Amino acid sequence: MSRLIEAKGLSAGFGGTDVLSGVDFHIDGGEIVTVVGPNGSGKSTLMRMLVGALSPRAGRITRMPGLRLGYVPQRLSIDPTLPLSVSRFLDLPRPAGRAAKAAMLERVGISALADRPLAGLSGGQYQRALLARALLVDPHLLILDEATQGMDQRGSADFYALIATLREEMGTAVLMVSHELHVVMSASDRVVCLNGHVCCEGAPEIVSSAPEYRALFGTGTHGALALYRHEHDHSHDHDHHHGHGHDHGDRHHHDHGAALDKTGTDN
Amino acid sequence: MSGLFSEFMIRAALAGLGVAVAAPFLGVFVVWRRMAYFGDATAHAAVMGVALSLMLHLPVYLGVAGVAVIMALSVAAMESGRPGLGADSLLGVLSHGALAIGLIAVSFLPGARLNLEAYLFGDILAVSWGDVGVIWGGAAAIIAVIGWRWRALLTATVNPDLAWSSGMNPDRDRRILTLALALLVALAIKVVGALLITALLVIPAAAARPFARSPEAMLGFGVAVGGVAALGGLGLSYGLDSPAGPSIVAVAVALFALGRMALVWRRVE
Repeated sequence: MSRLIEAKGLSAGFGGTDVLSGVDFHIDGGEIVTVVGPNGSGKSTLMRMLVGALSPRAGRITRMPGLRLGYVPQRLSIDPTLPLSVSRFLDLPRPAGRAAKAAMLERVGISALADRPLAGLSGGQYQRALLARALLVDPHLLILDEATQGMDQRGSADFYALIATLREEMGTAVLMVSHELHVVMSASDRVVCLNGHVCCEGAPEIVSSAPEYRALFGTGTHGALALYRHEHDHSHDHDHHHGHGHDHGDRHHHDHGAALDKTGTDN
Repeated sequence: MSGLFSEFMIRAALAGLGVAVAAPFLGVFVVWRRMAYFGDATAHAAVMGVALSLMLHLPVYLGVAGVAVIMALSVAAMESGRPGLGADSLLGVLSHGALAIGLIAVSFLPGARLNLEAYLFGDILAVSWGDVGVIWGGAAAIIAVIGWRWRALLTATVNPDLAWSSGMNPDRDRRILTLALALLVALAIKVVGALLITALLVIPAAAARPFARSPEAMLGFGVAVGGVAALGGLGLSYGLDSPAGPSIVAVAVALFALGRMALVWRRVE
């Protein structure tokens, strides 16, 4: 399997403080990798370095020669003074054929919206338009930074299901940043838990039972669910100080727990 | 009518058209990226450029373009590391600082002092064939550069990170835009003067916005508005014996207002 991006010893910061330090990261062709971490843990900073928007303070990033990235950024806002239809947006950065655009809009489920101004779409439609644009370059790697922000739970579940389907069809690697762990983790090959540095990394079931992960996200229903009841500034010395009651939950409580998780993140 | 076609009017019309056609290529980005203050600061620095050219016996275009480039680049540099000031406040300081210092510098030059109004509001009726050549050459350069970088600039305007992820360099494209803006300031100083250059950038693009469904259409309508404003303003100036630069801007504003009224009318019907 070809290595798409390899990063060694990445550090980044603004002013005097380091947002990230000593981060090693890699992703191979066809992999699904999810980066999880609390707010301010440097997830978006890491993504911006990987796509080349931000230069690391230290460390090195190696990309596969000719690597095509499909990037869905966090919070993209279109200035209302810029008249841009969905179809025209898909021509950025390079013009895509009319047929290819129509087929892609069909695939992401917004074929009726081609001529609508981008600024007039709902949150879910908007993210699908961004996804369609990213996929039109036939990327080796699709990068999604908190792609379901502003969607309701049903919408984000549908969105992730769509990504899973598209990946099956296209074979593209997927790198996701998310805090909606219950939706994301089961589909991931590998999870990277980030909080200024890589806390732990591995298969979802390994990460979700790792003490570092639990210190960050608490313990949840069979570990694949994070509860955001705790304060985010963690310390590795005080593991397992909350959430023990949920360890004994039966598996059929999962959905109930997921709903709790969602309400927990919205506060 | 014969006066309308006398040679100085033809030169004035050509000079006005050259600037008015090139300005919207930058004006649309000024509007989309909210850079109007940035245009002001660069244009106001032109007065310093005039003083400098006269002091050093350089062609005015050269001094103005040089100072405008320095101003534009330092504004861009300060914006990225501004210490606790909003971009608009910082640009307000730089823009009016450049104007004030430029006016003082000009006042020390007896010859320039007489012509101050020409540099502040333009003197399009006094342009030479050489000026027309410089303006059309510069306008062609601006149009070529923006046309060449159009897609990259558009992508970076939508979102710089999208541009980075597509292998573009939005920082470099921003510098290209900045340099083109400085060039336009140098071209426009004789046509509308330092105080009204931003008007030529913003007003045609803003007038075009409600009628445009695509970025290219907004540019096209903007060019049309600019061209009509240049010729109409010259006609107005000829008929009313009003100053030419402000007349051009006034016609552009009238077109903007007409467009807005047409929109309201359409909504009422």
